[in-house]
Amino acid sequence: MSEVILEVKDLKKWFPVRRRISQLFKGEKSWVRAVDGVSFSIKKGEIFGLIGESGCGKTTTGKLLMKLLESTAGQIIFQGEDVTNLTPEGISRYKREIQMIFQDPYASMNPRFKIRDVLLEPLIIHKLGAGLEERISMATEVLEEVKMTPPIEFLDRYPHMLSGGQRQRVATARTLILSPTFIVADEPVSMIDLSTRAEVLQMMKEVQQDLNLTYLYITHDLSTARYFTDRIAVMYLGKIVEMGSADQIVDNTLHPYSRALIAAVCEPVTGKVNLIKEVPIKGEIPSAANIPAGCRFHPRCIFAKPECWELEEPGLEEAEPGHLVACRRYQEIV
Amino acid sequence: MLVKNSIPSGSDAKIISESLWRIRLNLLQQAWKNNWQIFTEKKIGLVGLWIIGFFILLAISHPILMAYWSSQELPPEAMMGHNKSLADVYDPIRGLDLRPGKDMMPLSHPAAPSWRHPFGTDPMGRDVLSQIMYSARIEFLFGVFSALLSVFLATLVGAVSAYFGGKIDAFFMRLADLVLTLPFLPFLIFLSSLLTLDLFKLGLVLGLLGGFGGRTIVLKSQALSIKVRPYIEAAKIAGGSHWHIIFRHIIPNILPLSFFYLMLGVTSAVMSEATLSFLGLLQAPISWGLIMNFARSFGYSFYEAWWLYLIPGVTITLFCGSFYLVGRGLDTLVNPKLRKR
Repeated sequence: MSEVILEVKDLKKWFPVRRRISQLFKGEKSWVRAVDGVSFSIKKGEIFGLIGESGCGKTTTGKLLMKLLESTAGQIIFQGEDVTNLTPEGISRYKREIQMIFQDPYASMNPRFKIRDVLLEPLIIHKLGAGLEERISMATEVLEEVKMTPPIEFLDRYPHMLSGGQRQRVATARTLILSPTFIVADEPVSMIDLSTRAEVLQMMKEVQQDLNLTYLYITHDLSTARYFTDRIAVMYLGKIVEMGSADQIVDNTLHPYSRALIAAVCEPVTGKVNLIKEVPIKGEIPSAANIPAGCRFHPRCIFAKPECWELEEPGLEEAEPGHLVACRRYQEIV
Repeated sequence: MLVKNSIPSGSDAKIISESLWRIRLNLLQQAWKNNWQIFTEKKIGLVGLWIIGFFILLAISHPILMAYWSSQELPPEAMMGHNKSLADVYDPIRGLDLRPGKDMMPLSHPAAPSWRHPFGTDPMGRDVLSQIMYSARIEFLFGVFSALLSVFLATLVGAVSAYFGGKIDAFFMRLADLVLTLPFLPFLIFLSSLLTLDLFKLGLVLGLLGGFGGRTIVLKSQALSIKVRPYIEAAKIAGGSHWHIIFRHIIPNILPLSFFYLMLGVTSAVMSEATLSFLGLLQAPISWGLIMNFARSFGYSFYEAWWLYLIPGVTITLFCGSFYLVGRGLDTLVNPKLRKR
């Protein structure tokens, strides 16, 4: 349980922006700093949540881990091996170990593929399983694992014949067929009906325990993260601002941004439904091309003081065992 | 725990694969049925199909008729040295009707439509109906070959340049711009002066021009919209190579549009062919455009020999129109917004 499976060190992804003519002459370059120095480590068998509002770089982080994007700087260490710069064979091996579940179950499957084709595709690419029969039996196994029973019935259906929850189960089955050790789940339930969310998450958790998997759960939804994850990292504008166990983050929130996130969660309780909540945050998320100086959260922070924008950006420091926060004033603003 | 081999292999697995085949066949049938329903909802495509069917019959029946004609030997007094059998009379290229008519005088060519020659004869005494039927087969082969070549190229180039982007994309798109701005007919006239342009070469040229021209841009834009779908990323994560993604994911999803362009391609190819042969720039034994070309070069105007212009003209219009109509019918399949429901 304590063995670290994935370690990310100061990972950065900067996208170049089209330059203005004046910049072209000066030789300046502007960047969208989507991921701007992210470090975390995930232990084997853990569910690690990455939380933030849209545009904060959480999906980019997931894609960097999946090698769908090349990182600008930093290191990804998977099972003790640096996978930042891999040979083609190494990447092929790495892609069998690490898999991804996508946000949109309606678009993550080729509409012309039957479920059988969706499931067999990775096997055919990696030349696993001898012959069609063995491959089909592997496909039925993973479908059973995600509680799509009887599997035979689903093999020859098209994705559009399934419900959103069923599709997300198939998407999970597709990731399982290569028997990976690590799964990146990019908002797997955000596009599913609320009524089936818990069911799908429960299924994912059971699969995780059955097969001793490790998840990186990317979401903007704190309530499912609390339910689903062991540890949570809160991301803001390309950087982690608070990291700790799920309980620490939710019950003993330290960073003002995390507080705002928690305050924004709806409470369907009589008398509170129609109240307009006062969320302790102001303004809009700034552009990642123009990150504020000092603490990057200060323009939106209601506790900000001159030291927040005059001094350098605060790093992550340990507030209590296992609970890191990147705020100068977290002790004062309790 | 994941139980290994929970499905027993061997006899049980065989039963599964059999039933899977049946399901697959059923699904295929259903898909066909659904698509056919949508296709027939608008009568436009059906009309096109009927006309194409008629032309296919025309093309197929010509060799059969020729065989029948060559078995029909003419009596010696009707021979006139040339007409040994009906085949000599009705041959589309070498035919010449020397038989005397009712007034015991030989026909003067070009002869107006009559029972003996329903579409009349051309200035060289050949039967126009036979020429039309004979050309239908050539026209089919030529049109489909040229359209297939152009759509095959356009699909491949469109998918490749959409997927890879960058310099490859820039190269093919600038090439497409170049082809689009090329003055089409002057270019073909210039080409016919360089080499003897027969139907195969023309089909090749039209296929290449169409394949790297406007159709590429449209198919590329379609491929671009496919490229950003999450299932492409899913395939990348599964470890799929570039060509795996292009051939298994992108091309099958732009194929309906390619099929639509295949139909339009036949139309435009046959149109260009007719124009070129009317101008006399094509080396072919006979074609619909050539019938008109002969009439013109022998100095017959529309008022003197209307059948030599009207009949091939209507034939070309019908033929091109039928493929266009089928294309429009397929449009409703490709583009769900055009459907009635």
